[in-house]
Amino acid sequence: MKTNIIIQINHLKKVYNTGSVETMALSDISFSIHKGEFVVIMGPSGSGKSTLMHILGALDLPTSGEYLLDGKNIQALSDDELADIRNRKIGFIFQSYNLLPRTTAIKNVMLPMRYAGIPIDERKEKAKQYLQLVGLQDRMEHTSNQLSGGQQQRVAIARALVMNPAMLLADEPTGNIASSQAAEIMSLFSQLYNQGHTIVMITHEQDIANYAKRIIHIRDGKLIDDIRKK
Amino acid sequence: MNTLIEQCVESLGTLTLNKTRTGLAILGIVIGIGSVIALVSLGQASQQAISSQIQSLGSNLLTVSPGSSSQGGVRQAQGSRTTLKLDDAKAISASSQITTVKTVSPEFTQRTQVRTGSANTNTQVIGATPSYLEVHKVSIATGNFITQRDVDSMTKVAVLGPQVVTDLFGEEADVIGQKVRVGSQTLSIIGVTVSKGGSGFMNQDDVIYVPLTTAQKQLFGVNHLTSIALEANNAEVMTDAQNEVGYLLLAQHKLNDPTEADFSIMSQQDILNTVSSTTGTFTLLLSGIAAISLLVGGIGIMNIMLVTVTERTREIGLRKALGAKKKTIITQFLIESIILTFSGGIIGVLLGIILSFVISKLTGMAFLLSFSSISLAFIVSVAIGILFGWYPAQKAARLQPIEALRYE
Repeated sequence: MKTNIIIQINHLKKVYNTGSVETMALSDISFSIHKGEFVVIMGPSGSGKSTLMHILGALDLPTSGEYLLDGKNIQALSDDELADIRNRKIGFIFQSYNLLPRTTAIKNVMLPMRYAGIPIDERKEKAKQYLQLVGLQDRMEHTSNQLSGGQQQRVAIARALVMNPAMLLADEPTGNIASSQAAEIMSLFSQLYNQGHTIVMITHEQDIANYAKRIIHIRDGKLIDDIRKK
Repeated sequence: MNTLIEQCVESLGTLTLNKTRTGLAILGIVIGIGSVIALVSLGQASQQAISSQIQSLGSNLLTVSPGSSSQGGVRQAQGSRTTLKLDDAKAISASSQITTVKTVSPEFTQRTQVRTGSANTNTQVIGATPSYLEVHKVSIATGNFITQRDVDSMTKVAVLGPQVVTDLFGEEADVIGQKVRVGSQTLSIIGVTVSKGGSGFMNQDDVIYVPLTTAQKQLFGVNHLTSIALEANNAEVMTDAQNEVGYLLLAQHKLNDPTEADFSIMSQQDILNTVSSTTGTFTLLLSGIAAISLLVGGIGIMNIMLVTVTERTREIGLRKALGAKKKTIITQFLIESIILTFSGGIIGVLLGIILSFVISKLTGMAFLLSFSSISLAFIVSVAIGILFGWYPAQKAARLQPIEALRYE
């Protein structure tokens, strides 16, 4: 059953050194996430959940402790190897969408595949396929600023899915979106979960957390509880 | 390769988004490349013009000029001495030791005013002998040149260059038998020479020829020469001829030490070399100044690229989060700066070509473009892009993805 574990973190610690002051952002956090889980990480602001998200996303390295992503130890990797991990294993979905400005939806979705060295025809084909999946087949040639917030986030989800990553890592994905559209985005996540995708989502909204099957609470850099729903 | 082309297209798109900024950024490169192209072309054209004029003075030509004189310890200009005499020229032609010189042309030259009843011009009066024609490759268009009889008997005759004919009598006037006045003397015109071209101080058509003795005795009241032109047998014996004539004249002037020589002997090649090196230095100097503007242009590019990197910090962070490696980011920004400088180079080359074309039209010089300077301009513009784009690109690539994503 060990092959089923996507994320394994043991005694994770992150200390920020700002001049003479040491800030403990994360202290001694351990948990694991299995393939196909929908996990929400909750906590008030300043709890360290963003730091945790950065480490899970291989954007930052822990001070001590161990992080295995899909069986690979993250700490031992160089910047370029980390870039490769982010490219192939992680699908990022940001609160502020982070699409390339003045760039069409399809080109945004094609971008991660370019960094993976996939030929352009295959990139186009796959990008179309995933834009269709998120319901934007009519908006493929629209640039980011011509799309609504909900539509932009769906482009971002298509972009996150297109490399078929080990997990989707979403940071407050509905934080900037009107509530009617937020429900659509969340049902899209539910649909992806039902298709077998592994989803790790960070939020502070309880009704968003209700979509998940497992909720991890952290506060002051410590893991408070880890609740699995039946 | 394909991804490189894709990157170029994308960068082109980014750069055209802000046309004013892009235009201003490349202006320095445009001006720098443009002025280098124009100046190099100008330098080559003037060098060519000067050498063709010097070539047309005659082939295998040696010129003996008097040295400079001292007056009260102050050295006067080269050629100001009056030690060169007709006897020196006669000695050279008579000498049995000199075997390398074919023809000897003693000359006295002075600028003066030449008048007709209604017109006047300031021109070069050359006192010459019949051998002048052969040594300087001058041909007669109408009438005759000065004969030995004219020289012997100091006849008051003149042969005009076509420019003088135009200045005094109008274009294509029949001037044989007409009179011109030089000083208090009246000379009758016996011939007109064929045009040799040239312009400015080198205009070989703006001259009048008179018998040497007439010039010395009747017009200017002197008994020295301003130069002796010699035609060597062939190009190979130029140096020998220079030495032989040199030793003969030293003996003639009763001097033992060659360093005390009161004359100098220059070959056409010497003159050519001197003039070429002067114009060459000038071209180099001007191109150097233009190159400085290229440097300033390069710094302008670096400045714009640094601003671009700062503006797009979030974008860089996102690209890194999506899997862009250091090399990818460096390539992206380097290509942007190379596109900037290379398009500046293209516009600059066009500007330089237009500029040198206009200059050649205005000055009447040849319109010369060297392929090497144009291709060098392109290489230099790309090199500037790499050189000044390197630091901003490195700065972009070194951004940490979280720092970049947090940046507002």
